[in-house]
Amino acid sequence: MKTTENNIGVLSKILLLISATLLVISIFKPIWIIELNAPQYPEGLVLYIYANKLGGNVDIINGLNHYIGMKTLHTEDFIEFTILPYIIGFYALVTLVVIFINKRIALYTLVVAFLLFGIVAMMDFYRWNYNYGHNLDPHAAIVVPGMSYQPPLIGYKQLLNFGAYSIPAIGGWLFIASGVLMAFAFIIESKLFKRTKK
Amino acid sequence: MKNKSIMVALAAIAITTALQSCKPKDSSNAVSGDAASKVYVAPGKYDEIYNFVSGGFSGQMSCYGIPSGRLLRVIPVFSVDPEKGWGYSEETKPMLNTSHGFIPWDDLHHVQLSKTNGEADGRWVFGNANNTPRVARIDLRTFRTAEIIELPNSGGNHSSPFITENTEYVVAGTRFSIPPDDVNGDVPIDSYKQNFKGTLSFISVGKEDGKMDIAFQIQCPGVNFDLSRAGKGVSHGWFFFSCYNTEQANTLLEVNASQKDKDFVMAVNWKKAEEYLKAGKGRKQAVRYAHNVYNEKTHSATSEIRTEVTVLDSKVLKDICYFIPCPKSPHGCDVNPSGEYIVASGKLASVIPVFSFDKIIKAIAAKSFDGEFEGIPVIKYESALYGEVKKPGLGPLHTEFDDKGNAYTSMFVSSEVVKWNVKDLKVVDRAPTFYSIGHLCVVGGDTKKPYGKYLIAYNKITKDRYLPTGPELSQSAQLFDISGDKMKLLLDFPTIGEPHYAQAILADVIKKNSLKMFKIEENNNPYVTKGEKEAKVVREGNKVHVYMTAIRSHLTPDNIEGIKMGDEVYFHVTNLEQDWDVPHGFAIKGASNAELLIMPGETCTLKWTPDRVGISPMYCTDFCSALHQEMTGYIRVSPAGSSVPISFGTGKTPAAPVK
Repeated sequence: MKTTENNIGVLSKILLLISATLLVISIFKPIWIIELNAPQYPEGLVLYIYANKLGGNVDIINGLNHYIGMKTLHTEDFIEFTILPYIIGFYALVTLVVIFINKRIALYTLVVAFLLFGIVAMMDFYRWNYNYGHNLDPHAAIVVPGMSYQPPLIGYKQLLNFGAYSIPAIGGWLFIASGVLMAFAFIIESKLFKRTKK
Repeated sequence: MKNKSIMVALAAIAITTALQSCKPKDSSNAVSGDAASKVYVAPGKYDEIYNFVSGGFSGQMSCYGIPSGRLLRVIPVFSVDPEKGWGYSEETKPMLNTSHGFIPWDDLHHVQLSKTNGEADGRWVFGNANNTPRVARIDLRTFRTAEIIELPNSGGNHSSPFITENTEYVVAGTRFSIPPDDVNGDVPIDSYKQNFKGTLSFISVGKEDGKMDIAFQIQCPGVNFDLSRAGKGVSHGWFFFSCYNTEQANTLLEVNASQKDKDFVMAVNWKKAEEYLKAGKGRKQAVRYAHNVYNEKTHSATSEIRTEVTVLDSKVLKDICYFIPCPKSPHGCDVNPSGEYIVASGKLASVIPVFSFDKIIKAIAAKSFDGEFEGIPVIKYESALYGEVKKPGLGPLHTEFDDKGNAYTSMFVSSEVVKWNVKDLKVVDRAPTFYSIGHLCVVGGDTKKPYGKYLIAYNKITKDRYLPTGPELSQSAQLFDISGDKMKLLLDFPTIGEPHYAQAILADVIKKNSLKMFKIEENNNPYVTKGEKEAKVVREGNKVHVYMTAIRSHLTPDNIEGIKMGDEVYFHVTNLEQDWDVPHGFAIKGASNAELLIMPGETCTLKWTPDRVGISPMYCTDFCSALHQEMTGYIRVSPAGSSVPISFGTGKTPAAPVK
């Protein structure tokens, strides 16, 4: 088989194959987790965000949120849960196609597109957090002037008696690992890398 | 001169001190230095052991943590409990139904944990009703009474609810012999010897669901059956009952039932009884008794009156029952872990006789009998006796066993626990109790594999042990460390009612199965409201059904109109919470019964008959949330014949803001 400078190396192809596999798995695992702890909840409450649904103690969290006038969370209110599994699936498929096309330019495009997807997804997540945390019912039982209940995008934040801890869940880590592997392939294949190697 | 007076003073002090030390040691120095650390369970930490304690005349069962002695829960069983709505809610009223009708009180004496292979399996705990004879089964997933069965032909169900090694049977022996239920009981009381009979009931227990059923009864001579224990290991298939009043006295038993030197232990071959039952030797007898079952899915109880039992006659079916003479009004009748030794405590006796199962069987085979009593063979005392514990103390009552071959017997009169070795029958230690111990409990002490470590004494008298509370004082339990050679007193803790028998089990066996809440989707109560949208008020003649929901922090509906004088209002309250430890309560002004206490996912019903026209408030009684005080509502009662229509709602008319 004739190899040219524009083809992708075997190592990179393996990385891409793993990357695609991880993406497929991530569709079925919770991507993000928001852990809530309060004095009355030593056992903790969790909200799992999957590619296609909300999981964990959704009903209990909704029950508690009504005190501060936060809108209740329902899977069907988020268009993202309908399309996200397909987008991730699409990226997995494209990753496989890149291996098949065997062109570096395709790989570069994939990595850039994937990175963009990650950024857009996080922006979208932030937007929802912001909306739920700020659009509060003015007739709510508990109104603390100036207080909003936006959970942290990532990390820890105290919201009244609840400590909210927001981090990627297993699916999220798979997704990140998948991106890291693609990035590795990108570096391996980039001319910059080859030049320094010489 | 000065020196001399100092010398005199010192001598006086020395003499006083010496005299003081001659006095027997009192309770203040009966506790060793490290006792506190042995009972200290740090905040937030769990106890090692669950202790199920009979509530005696409270009719309930309590559950304590050991070694801390902390009260964890009072389980309502035979007595109504307005705190929990037990016996007041429409759903639980049938649990206290009997052939005499609804009975709001009883006297719970003994507890028994269900067993598998002779060890406590932590599935159920049984309790007896001593006054109106019944046996209850408590489910240890929910710590609630799941079933109560009444016992016909019985008076004073005392030797109960003792259990066989695989929970095949729970027994119930009548303390008071009475004329059987199917004959005319209108007889002179002094015709006791002719007309009164003792009855032993064998209640079968469903292997999976625990459902109780009176498999058969054995009719016995009229005596008082006091306590009992199932054989185990080698003696599995037998039951042993202590009997007193073999004088068959019917008045002033204190004197008249204490005349004979020896009363009896009755050995019952229940495997043989089963054979006779199968062979159709039982007599069907017309009786009436209630069988009450609580259904965890409908969250309600049903009561059924049953009308028949099968009775085996011990006089006719010769080889079921045998009497063994036992000194002076035996009380406790306990079987050691191997099943070979039966310890009977004559409460007025100066020795504790220990019988050998092996010798009993041989004596029966050799017909080593000393005549008959009321048609039942009496085995010769010496032929059944393994030996006697000499000078054990005064007033021996009950015996439990540890894992090292020792027995512990409670001594009511001399107020002490006596530890003795089962093999050589020698007393090895004694420890005072404060005061007048009744029952005692070693962890796993009636099983094939006792855990030992702790012994708990249940005392009848406390006097000066706690801060005084007027003439009525609590009774108490005392915890001993029995892990060493010497018993060490660790802790006193007060108990509810009067503690009789109690059992203890390692917490791990039970806590993993403990239910956190009821699933709302599995709630099949006919009056469940599975969501606020389904809440409604329905009039059926003068009965008004309110389908109400409770969730933090409002009742739906919370404004109800159209109720009229003469109505009976049924509040069917469903707790919609599906969260751990969020019960809601429900109370309404003027209710003549009690409150409801509703667990997450459960439906309970309170009946309310308004007695006046006007507005009655109602509210949640269990501080459920920050806005619990807002969890309230009003009901409007109009005069009979009023045209105010039924209307209801929650949050329809938000209050106008105050300007």
